[in-house]
Amino acid sequence: MTTLDQITPKRRGYGSLTLWAGLALVGLHIAIGILTLVWTPYDPTGMSGGRLEAPSWLHWAGTDRLGRDFLTQIMIGSRIALIVGTGAVAIGVLIGVTLGILAAFASKLLDDALAATLDILIAFPTLLIAMLVVAASDTANLGSAIVAIGIALSAIVARLTRILAKRVLLMDYITAARTSGSSWPAIVFGHVLPNIWPTLSVNFALQFGLAVIAEASLSYLGLGAPPPNASWGRLLQEAQGTVYTAPIGAIAPGIALVSLVIGINLLADGLRDSIDPTRRAR
Amino acid sequence: MSLLKVQDVTFAYNASKRVLDGVSLTIEPGDSIGLVGESGSGKTTLLRLLLGLTRPSTGSITFNDTPLDPRSPRFMRDYRRQVQVVFQDPYSSLDPRQNVLSIVSETLRALRISGDHRQMVSDALASVGLERNILARYPHEFSGGQRQRIAIARAIVAGPSLLLADEAVSALDLSTRIRIVDLLKSLSEQMTLVFVSHDLGVVAALCEKIVILEKGRIVEAGATASILANPQHPYTQRLLNSVPRMPA
Amino acid sequence: MKTLLAITGLTLKTAETTLVESLNLTISPGERLGLIGESGSGKSLTAMAATGLLPPSIKATGSITLAGQQVIGTPDSQLNNLRGTAVAVVFQEPLTALDPLMRIGRQIAEPLQRRAARDGSPLSGAALDKAILDLMADVALPDPQRIARAYPHEISGGQRQRVAIAMALACRPDLLIADEPTTALDVTTQAEILRLLDSLVRQRNMALLFISHDLPVVAGLVDRVAVLRRGVIVETGPVAEIFARPQHDYTATLVAAAHAFDAALGAQP
Repeated sequence: MTTLDQITPKRRGYGSLTLWAGLALVGLHIAIGILTLVWTPYDPTGMSGGRLEAPSWLHWAGTDRLGRDFLTQIMIGSRIALIVGTGAVAIGVLIGVTLGILAAFASKLLDDALAATLDILIAFPTLLIAMLVVAASDTANLGSAIVAIGIALSAIVARLTRILAKRVLLMDYITAARTSGSSWPAIVFGHVLPNIWPTLSVNFALQFGLAVIAEASLSYLGLGAPPPNASWGRLLQEAQGTVYTAPIGAIAPGIALVSLVIGINLLADGLRDSIDPTRRAR
Repeated sequence: MSLLKVQDVTFAYNASKRVLDGVSLTIEPGDSIGLVGESGSGKTTLLRLLLGLTRPSTGSITFNDTPLDPRSPRFMRDYRRQVQVVFQDPYSSLDPRQNVLSIVSETLRALRISGDHRQMVSDALASVGLERNILARYPHEFSGGQRQRIAIARAIVAGPSLLLADEAVSALDLSTRIRIVDLLKSLSEQMTLVFVSHDLGVVAALCEKIVILEKGRIVEAGATASILANPQHPYTQRLLNSVPRMPA
Repeated sequence: MKTLLAITGLTLKTAETTLVESLNLTISPGERLGLIGESGSGKSLTAMAATGLLPPSIKATGSITLAGQQVIGTPDSQLNNLRGTAVAVVFQEPLTALDPLMRIGRQIAEPLQRRAARDGSPLSGAALDKAILDLMADVALPDPQRIARAYPHEISGGQRQRVAIAMALACRPDLLIADEPTTALDVTTQAEILRLLDSLVRQRNMALLFISHDLPVVAGLVDRVAVLRRGVIVETGPVAEIFARPQHDYTATLVAAAHAFDAALGAQP
């Protein structure tokens, strides 16, 4: 029988364009982030000009209210955003995939309990989780923000993992593995994870974007990394009072944030498009 | 000594509905038996019981006079090696992300069977009529019929004494189906075959004995030729009369 | 005799592959044609093309006239008229062909009312109820009062296929297209549905395009067959002749395989 996905034409040029645009944007942020470890236009902590200077050839994005170069801070922000995204997604994946697989394999009762817990956790605002983590660790720093966002993401990852794994567990090749005498760990690592990984990993890119935005909002509320290694969210918060006199303070970190998130999303779309056409012919 | 003995087996998900009801069946070494039934006959449940994936509600199943106990690792290790299965859908029965070597050698790895696995896989592939040099290829590179041959190679690679087949040719095109039936027929000369199917024509072409299941009960069992020529039970008669025939 | 369906030089292509190539097929009023093919032969696509129901990714060239109306290139709004009157389709899987959230009676009522409105004598109230029950009786649905109030998941697969057939009949089509209508059913149910289709088509003098991979099933129902392989018709002719003396190697392989399974069953009852 001819099925529709067999006769749907592959999206060629467009898919790769998306992928390349995403790679370029994300790559730019990664390059800047790494660069700030060894070089920044100015000393991030020292005054290098007057207060709230407008953009000029000396200070491309102007200076902040302490006279520090603003471009330097935005560049450091790229590094912070990438650390937050990677860290939070790593925590989210580790906890989420483990819980999701356990739920998929668990007895009906345990599975229902886990599914309900995940739904409740997803309904919890990330902010509330962050405040709990901050309260538990006594300080509001980058680490607590990453852990809080990671926990929030893990619920989403767990729910997705559970659904995908359950679908795979219905396949005959799982039954064949059981009748071949394969143990449950062998089935998880040999069959389940390899088959759900492509779909999961595309979602990791999207969650990376979510994490970066979540950190910006946490920082905006003072729950993120403190200056001088400030994140974009903190820069936005600081620009709040001077948004009419020095609008660049809000615009520049905003552009940086949006460009990274768009880049990540383009990358995720591009990855999905490049995975889809290779989907097994059926 | 019988190879597999099913005695008065009942299976029910709840008290009100029995999927299998008082099923008794003896499989002798060398038999080729067709378990025939329509949807709701309980044939798939019976197969799952024989595979040790589910336990009967009441009754017993013995293998070489030893009770089939899915909770005993020692018993199951030998049982998994002796009893293998081929499924209906050659698309969902092969893991799309494993190559042919991994797929076919799964039993060898899982049961830690000693020997040169590459060689054993390659021999199994040859004996189902496939090329020996396809070890590194993936399922999507093969047609339905070739995939079903790979699935059969996986089932026979560890040298089982009993091969169970669950509608193993129903998903295949007619021209492929007859070749896979021929392959199973030649394999049935080396091992015991239990072929579960709704398709009387295929069972008639493949099996020496037939067991007819209706709504969880065995209504008729015996030699294929005599049942086809002289069906006793009304359901068997109705089933036989329903099979579309070629114009004379 | 005037032709009801005439397909000339039909080619179906996606961006990458040709699915059906230069296919010619005609069906006269009241004629029964079997289209035999294995998976990927393009048999279902041909049927979809005939009713103008191809997915947008497939490009059709050539000519298809149904009741004198060109199908290829005609906008959907005009084809809708044709679909309700000249042709109706029964699909393989009755569960997906029916709306899961609509009672059976309501589903049968829809095509009945559409056809009645088109004929200028709208149906409603008691007359509609009677028409629904009559139609259900025609397809031998047991206990029609109860089934009319049931949802698709509450009745058996065979009953669902009877409902799908009733809905097709409600259109009073000149041509009934049945695409593997019994493949998803049990053997005993299949036999009942085939008998039903046979008598309905005969009584109403409908033309039938019966699509199947199953040779004996086709043989029992049609006068003429076309054998489709990878998008190309390799052989066409009266069913008795093709099955007795296949000219093409591919047809010969199919017929031999079907005969082998048939012979294993022994003498015919």
